[in-house]
Amino acid sequence: MFPERSKEKSQYRDGFEVFLTAQANAPQWLASLRERAFAEFERLGFPTIANEEWKYTNIAPLAGQAFRRGSLEGVDLAQVRRQLRIYPEAERSRLVFINGVYVPEFSVIEGLPAGVVVTNLAEGLATRQEFLEANFATLADFENRAFTALNTAHANDGALIVIPRGKVVETPINLFFVTVASPIAQVSFPRVLIHAGEASIATVVENFLTLGETTPDTAPAFTCPVTEIRVGDGANLEHYKVQKESLRTFHIANTFADLHHTSVLNSNSISLGGQIARNRIAVAFKAEGGEMNAKGLYYATGKQLMDSRLEVDHAVPNCTSQLLYKGMLDDKARGVFNGKVFVRHDAQGTNAIQTNKNLLLSQTARIDTKPQLEIFADDVKCGHGATVGQLSQDELFYLLSRGIETQAARNLLTYAFAHELVEHIKIESLKEELDRTISSRISSTEHGFE
Amino acid sequence: MLEIRNLHATVNDVEILRGINLVVKPGEIHAIMGPNGSGKSTLAKVLAGHPSYVVTQGEILYNGRNLLELAPDERAREGVFLAFQYPIEIPGVSNASFLRLAYNQKRKHQGEEELDPLEFDDLLQEKIKIVEMDKAFINRSVNEGFSGGEKKRNEILQMAVLEPQLAILDETDSGLDIDALRIISNGVNQLHTDTNAFIMVTHYQRLLNYIQPDFVHVQMNGRLVKSGGKELALLLEEKGYDWIKDEEENRQTAASN
Repeated sequence: MFPERSKEKSQYRDGFEVFLTAQANAPQWLASLRERAFAEFERLGFPTIANEEWKYTNIAPLAGQAFRRGSLEGVDLAQVRRQLRIYPEAERSRLVFINGVYVPEFSVIEGLPAGVVVTNLAEGLATRQEFLEANFATLADFENRAFTALNTAHANDGALIVIPRGKVVETPINLFFVTVASPIAQVSFPRVLIHAGEASIATVVENFLTLGETTPDTAPAFTCPVTEIRVGDGANLEHYKVQKESLRTFHIANTFADLHHTSVLNSNSISLGGQIARNRIAVAFKAEGGEMNAKGLYYATGKQLMDSRLEVDHAVPNCTSQLLYKGMLDDKARGVFNGKVFVRHDAQGTNAIQTNKNLLLSQTARIDTKPQLEIFADDVKCGHGATVGQLSQDELFYLLSRGIETQAARNLLTYAFAHELVEHIKIESLKEELDRTISSRISSTEHGFE
Repeated sequence: MLEIRNLHATVNDVEILRGINLVVKPGEIHAIMGPNGSGKSTLAKVLAGHPSYVVTQGEILYNGRNLLELAPDERAREGVFLAFQYPIEIPGVSNASFLRLAYNQKRKHQGEEELDPLEFDDLLQEKIKIVEMDKAFINRSVNEGFSGGEKKRNEILQMAVLEPQLAILDETDSGLDIDALRIISNGVNQLHTDTNAFIMVTHYQRLLNYIQPDFVHVQMNGRLVKSGGKELALLLEEKGYDWIKDEEENRQTAASN
């Protein structure tokens, strides 16, 4: 059932060699990083369900599929431009990538204050080599991480975002990673590096979406992003990741964040698309006083599988982490939640709370949830909990008793469940758009489409 | 309008209602009183069709139709309304959109044109005056963060909007301060016409100082054991329920001899 390991490897090996040849001008440090990362990927191969971290997420369909590196070949850019919905807050501050390739003509950064660096990674490699050599791949440790290794080996395009010290950037910085539905199976390796300088304030939105209609001829797509975030002393970063890719897409994302002294990271993840979508966020507190608030919503219907994984390392004292993830699972969808909060011996005064709530909307939907807490310090305030439930009979009856039909009542309560995680989104039109998307998906009777 | 005949109902296989008989005509206000655990709230929920309550015997006729055959939402669209003892909070759904949805489903059912948000807002502005509610409540999530009294007022606002033919108020007076009680009673009195009817389930007589019932029934052990006019409520206030309990026990002893 599983393809031979060697076959998987050779398939990516060929692509890698072609990439290395094309990247012959890359600096030595980068070339050797890529070589090391690829060697690690080859050593590991794709994880199987025998791996504890992948126990409930079987990626055999992904591992068995051959992909070509995404390109703009055959893409009708004019049509993409017409179909790509740019919300007003992204009008003057965005980078656009199509099939993993940076498209300068769709990208605008004029709305950002001077001094803020928002650039394509490939361009950054030319103009900010020293910075990248010192910082690139320093947070995203690829040892024993096949997908992070695969991305590190292949990443070329993506975003480099540097917020200088003390800078307050009110305009959100928006990244659009667009896959265009195609009869050719393509893979993209978006790579994002965010450095929020000391006492800076900024918002970064990563949008992942598919354009073009999915037809029976549409091939699978594979998005394999890695994001590295360094939140400097006293900095405040608002990070959004909105994933609305097609049901033919495999999305395996890794985000790494380091939080420095009294910094704040607000992480918001909305996961709606993908055939198999996995979102892993690993946060490490590097100095005291850090605060991380992670909120996530996953909504899976049909045969989707959505996997959310959070790892929080309280390595130092007096930091706060608050995790709230909510899942809605309908039809034959499956969800996986794993929250791992690690409070080390010296991390006194830690405040860590994680909550995972799931709503099962059908008899055949399933969730495997495992919030974990490992505490080695004694003066801490920690809590964790998970719930799995159906719509409450009493709530449903309340709506029915007002004459609202059963389906409408169910939809309203389902929407109310999701609302908490959309409500707090500070980018007004993104919030409205998500609100509409979620509501219309809830009221759509054709959940199992495709 | 409503005729309940020998109604028996269980919840979790425990019989709570054991033969209720009641006739309610248009324009009437009935009060059902009784000690805790006598099954008053069960009767209210059975009328509204709560799925946890199973009718095992008897029938309920509503405007000549078998009410038990109707699903809860159908009952509501046919004009049955239950004001909840513990109204549910629905975060993320504004009072206005919730009420408009309910109102329009009823309009649709009656073959009338649905109201758009602006038209509905006009209607709502009129209705909130009845419960002396702040306009800000309209845009807040349904009952979310409302105080006990605000939730009860919101129930009456829903009633005002939906204009039921038969309204059942389940312990609407419990936990209310005197101001809220006055506002809610005023609301009910304004909404009362000679074509609709009210059943008020209450533990205390004080609500009946504000809303004058035509009939007072005492429920005990799942039956209506005594009926009378509003003077019965005053008697209950004065003497409590024990004398009725004694009377009932004597009656049962006599019947079994």
